[in-house]
Amino acid sequence: MAINVRTMKRPDQKSSYVRASLKGMALTFRHLVNPNKKTLEYPEQKPDLSPRWRGTHVMEQHEDGRPKCVACGLCPTICPANCIRLIPGEDDQGNRYPIVYEIDEFRCIFCGMCQEVCPVEAIHVGQHYENAEYSREGFVYDLDRLMSQKHESTLLWDPSDPAGE
Amino acid sequence: MMLQAETVHQVGELSATGFVVASTIKILAAFSLVMVTVAMLTLLERKISAWMQDRLGPNRVGPGGLLQPAADGLKNILKEETNPAESHRIFFNLAPMLSIIPALVTFAVIPFAAPLPTQWGLVEMVIADVPVGVLFLLAFSSLGVYGIVIAGWSSSNKYALLGGLRAGAQMISYEIALGLSLLSVFFLVGNVRLTEVVTMQQELGLWFALPLAASFILFWISVFAETNRLPFDLPEAESELVTGYHTEYSSMKFSMFFIAEYAHVLTASALMATLFLGGWDIPGWAGDNIRVIGDGTVVGGEPAWWITLLTFLAFLLKTAFFILVFMVVRWTVPRFRYDQVMDLGWKIMLPVALAVVVITAGTILTLDELGVEYGLVYGLILTVVNLAMLAAFLLILDRGRVLAGTGSLTEKRREAQEKARLRRREEAMTTSTGSTAD
Repeated sequence: MAINVRTMKRPDQKSSYVRASLKGMALTFRHLVNPNKKTLEYPEQKPDLSPRWRGTHVMEQHEDGRPKCVACGLCPTICPANCIRLIPGEDDQGNRYPIVYEIDEFRCIFCGMCQEVCPVEAIHVGQHYENAEYSREGFVYDLDRLMSQKHESTLLWDPSDPAGE
Repeated sequence: MMLQAETVHQVGELSATGFVVASTIKILAAFSLVMVTVAMLTLLERKISAWMQDRLGPNRVGPGGLLQPAADGLKNILKEETNPAESHRIFFNLAPMLSIIPALVTFAVIPFAAPLPTQWGLVEMVIADVPVGVLFLLAFSSLGVYGIVIAGWSSSNKYALLGGLRAGAQMISYEIALGLSLLSVFFLVGNVRLTEVVTMQQELGLWFALPLAASFILFWISVFAETNRLPFDLPEAESELVTGYHTEYSSMKFSMFFIAEYAHVLTASALMATLFLGGWDIPGWAGDNIRVIGDGTVVGGEPAWWITLLTFLAFLLKTAFFILVFMVVRWTVPRFRYDQVMDLGWKIMLPVALAVVVITAGTILTLDELGVEYGLVYGLILTVVNLAMLAAFLLILDRGRVLAGTGSLTEKRREAQEKARLRRREEAMTTSTGSTAD
């Protein structure tokens, strides 16, 4: 039996309409005067997110402000929605870095596979869901915007145990 | 009939101009009050439905959502108005008006407070104290169905037409029971003037809800059908007919059907309060038994502005009670099937209403023949007769199962019996094994 499912005893013989209606009205009236309402007044009250919530992406960065991304190309390859655009570059020491790194949050299905596949723990999905925009172009988050996201990343990834060991 | 020395107060009659001015003020005040109340009823309905489902309801526009009706109205005015190409244009536009006007006009004959003394004379707190008050009410409340039927027909839409047809059939079926249950009130009052109905209830010392209990319940059920509210909302049955007769309507014309529905609810509640709950009478207080006998002369208590105010509040409370019941019922009870509506109307309501009329009339005639004075004893005898009829009606309505309970109770009883039987068998087993061990 699933959780929170109550099995009701249905009457096995014909019952009184009048008394059943009155009983129903008494029940609804009790709910009418019950001050304990279930509504979550959304903009003021926010729902508690699950620790495993996968929302808006966050790009981790080094202390000097460079992105941790090494432009390996695994996340655009694994992405089932094909929402990541990556143009890799290489500096004179041979370090690879993303020249362009864009995620279209509108196309993203928030499966979290980019985070799982990332070898350097650079890209994460986060505990955030309010990404409304006035235009479709606004949903394409570039590298700076991904790095400036302030919210927590999902607890699917534990920062103290980054490689999942 | 009144034994005590009647105190007669001379307040003075209104002049012709005074009458016109007073009537204009009353019409404007009542009209705006009704319109504001109707707007608030739409909000109240949403609030009550929300509270019953453990939600909060609209609370964003204005304090506690009070301005929600204004926002809705503004939205509806600004919406695009669509006219179906196949519709009959004239009737299509006429129908919302035809449904809203009778609903508003009926309020004119309902007395809403004790007469108010002014320096220009006595002002009666009813817009038009028509001598044929209740007949006027019946005529206009049944006119409302024309709006619905015309709306259904002129839309050239099968769902709208079905809704209109259902409304027509339902209104005709329940109008009979409605009219018949009103007859008992007329027997008792001997008049169809609504102010007289209130006065006679004050004289009886009992509101007609008790001495005419059977008629009251029949009237109440019929009113639910007349206002097209659940469990009788067959004309707009969302799950079967899209939205029934107003399927093709949009913007303010759609809104007008809703205003008409709530105006009907308001008028019906006020009418029931007047006919069966003593109108503006304050219970247990003789100071408001003010009876106008014409020419600005009153009998009974002395009219004063604060009595008018208090009686108006009493009237509001009684009306609010009926409105609340309307809404609690709407959000509790599911819709009848169409054949069930017709069964209830023709096979139960009509014969029962006929029987109630005959028995009530017989009782009143017997009481008058026996010379019982019109007063508390008279009322109590009628109460006993009517409560017996009401019990019989409920028994017929419920096919004799009112006493059987609501199923869950019988189920509980059956389980308890089974448990008891098991326990008894176990006890018998232990005693029998004990005896063999010996």
